[in-house]
Amino acid sequence: MHYQWDFSVIGDNAGLLLWGLGNTLLLTLIAILIGTPLGLAVALMRLSSRRWLVWPATVYVEVFRAAPALVQLYWLYFALPRLTGLRLGGFEAAAIALSILSSAFLSEVFRGGIASIGKGQWDAARGIGLSYPRMLRTIILPQAIRRMLPVFLERYIELLKTSTIAATVSFGDLLFVAQDISYRTYRTLEIFSAIAVMFFLVILLCSQLTRLVEHRLARSGEFTAR
Amino acid sequence: MTTDNVIEISGLRKSFGAHEVLKGIDLVIPKGKTVVLLGASGSGKSTLLRCVNFLETPTAGTVAFNGKPVGTPKGTGGERSYSDRELRALRAHIGIVFQQFNLFPHMTALENIMEGQRAVLGRSREEAAARAEALLARVGLAGRGGAYPSHLSGGQQQRVAICRALAMDPDVMLFDEATSALDPELVGEVLRTMKALREDGMTMLIVTHELGFAYHIADEVVFLSEGRIYEQAPPHEVMLHPKGERTRQFMLGHSEFRLPHLD
Amino acid sequence: MDAFLSPSLAISLPALARGLVHTLELAVVCLVASLLLGLVFGVMRYAGGRVLHALAIAYVEVFRNTPVLVQILWFFFALPILVQFEISAFTAAALGLSLNSGAFSAEIFRAGMQAVPKGQWEAANALGMSRTRVMFRIVLPQAVRHMIPAFTNRWIELFKLTSLASVIAYPELVYSAQQISNSYFNPVEVFTLVAVIFIALVIPASYLLRRLEARLRRSAP
Ligand SMILES: Nc1ncnc2c1ncn2[C@@H]1O[C@H](COP(=O)(O)OP(=O)(O)OP(=O)(O)O)[C@@H](O)[C@H]1O
Ligand SMILES: [Mg+2]
Repeated sequence: MHYQWDFSVIGDNAGLLLWGLGNTLLLTLIAILIGTPLGLAVALMRLSSRRWLVWPATVYVEVFRAAPALVQLYWLYFALPRLTGLRLGGFEAAAIALSILSSAFLSEVFRGGIASIGKGQWDAARGIGLSYPRMLRTIILPQAIRRMLPVFLERYIELLKTSTIAATVSFGDLLFVAQDISYRTYRTLEIFSAIAVMFFLVILLCSQLTRLVEHRLARSGEFTAR
Repeated sequence: MTTDNVIEISGLRKSFGAHEVLKGIDLVIPKGKTVVLLGASGSGKSTLLRCVNFLETPTAGTVAFNGKPVGTPKGTGGERSYSDRELRALRAHIGIVFQQFNLFPHMTALENIMEGQRAVLGRSREEAAARAEALLARVGLAGRGGAYPSHLSGGQQQRVAICRALAMDPDVMLFDEATSALDPELVGEVLRTMKALREDGMTMLIVTHELGFAYHIADEVVFLSEGRIYEQAPPHEVMLHPKGERTRQFMLGHSEFRLPHLD
Repeated sequence: MDAFLSPSLAISLPALARGLVHTLELAVVCLVASLLLGLVFGVMRYAGGRVLHALAIAYVEVFRNTPVLVQILWFFFALPILVQFEISAFTAAALGLSLNSGAFSAEIFRAGMQAVPKGQWEAANALGMSRTRVMFRIVLPQAVRHMIPAFTNRWIELFKLTSLASVIAYPELVYSAQQISNSYFNPVEVFTLVAVIFIALVIPASYLLRRLEARLRRSAP
């Protein structure tokens, strides 16, 4: 084993790598910002008493949770343009796919959180004459979200990892940048190891933050009534 | 060295961190005798009991089993080291019954009783099953061997737990508040089982809050206070004519103490 | 919808079927391997000494905190440079997916074992049973019950993640679809069909697994 490690390639391309990391984070952030409210909307539809709201939401969740992220992305990127003539760039396709994907998963988290709020809270809110939207906004959701916060954060981290599929449709995220550099320099081992470490550090930081939040919540005890 | 004492405890100390729970205990349990440990909550009764079969490792002092000290001395200071194997072999000879039964929920009553026999004593399936059936019959649970713990009442579960310990043919049985988790109407059946054991000549160390039962069954009562043996004598002395102030207070605090009516 | 009846799709079907077989092969290998890895590292973390414990933590953290796609690419492109040894697409994908899923499985095992009350250890110890025996006869059988829902999700996730093997040209479903659509210019049909295949497998599978889970829970003593 006489491979000569040469990490200078990392330093030489530091700017490019950081740019890629920035794109990865940007893509994830966009998917979070679109996917979270969309997930809430889908969850409310599924919890509604109107059948015509429940079943489309159920199909949406089941379908987008069942199909692999990569298949959804490829469908948007390769199939959708043929079907509609609408051509999406790698970034648009990835942002849409990840938003939809995360909304399907997050809706289940919202639903679980809302369902975990005891009947007493609903009764009390109804008892003081609150409207349904107001009840949700001021009584139910704040409790549900606090309770599910660690799960949300975990999902967001999962999303960050999944976002690497965007590289396969030529979006310039960290993984794509790494492949690009390795084609040019043949320093594949160094580059791929370096981005693995970069991902590791970013994700470790995020999961430590999640753990901190979890501890905070645990320490503040039972913060919601049953 | 031969001795008639199944358990000899000397200079036993146990600390949890900086908190010393047992502060030098000397106690012998002669063969065929029943010793009852009394004491206020937190006085260290459970800890002492658990030190006897090394579910808690003593900080200092020795426990001798059938005259043979457990573990090997580790230099000075009374510290000893205990090998995993030695402790396992020891525990097979000491039965313990817990307050919370701790039956294995995924095994039937019969399987619970067979597990130790098969794993540790190397008995065959048939042999272990036969022994288990016989024990169940003895505690009034004949035919219930196929039941899972969750389908048994608390009193029945505790009797199965007693069988599980007895199946190992222990030289001594330890009971840690074996009836405290039971509904009042189920306490009697377990106490009767323990009493039958005594009549069969079993050596026992019992922690209980049933003072009437303690009075009835004990050859010797040990009153523990703040990690030390405060008073030790036959039950009528300790329980009816306590010498020490703390023992008196303890007995006064348990005014429900009546002589038991066991059949 | 006429597109679905196009002859190109009929020609594509055998190739997709082969892709599906490859997908299933990869999934089964990774499932078994990740279970074994999870068991070993989960037990190490739960009951191992200081060194084993630290090793298990390192393994779990490294493989949970990096994207599985990066792991697969690393095994395919970077590892061969290090070991000077050709690594096939299947091996690289299997390594990445198994080690990644194994790390998650280890945490599932550990959490399951931790949910078993301490009294169970005490009761078993009091009988003089060996640590290994307590682990396999008393703790794990009870822990499994807590772990089944988590494993159900993990296996479904693992099955979907096999699609990432397409990135290194392992001819599973998605890669086959890409090849077909490149030759016949029928991405709509082919990618829709692939999505349908995944959905048709995942939804019934998770339904069945959940049924099984509920049955186990009900029959649990
Ligand atoms: N594992 C442990 N770690 C730390 N402290 C412990 C532990 N076990 C017991 N203690 C402490 O040791 C003291 C004695 O506990 P022990 O359980 O022996 O009392 P006890 O006499 O059995 O009381 P009770 O009647 O309530 O069962 C208590 O102060 C308890 O908090
Ligand atoms: Mg106690």
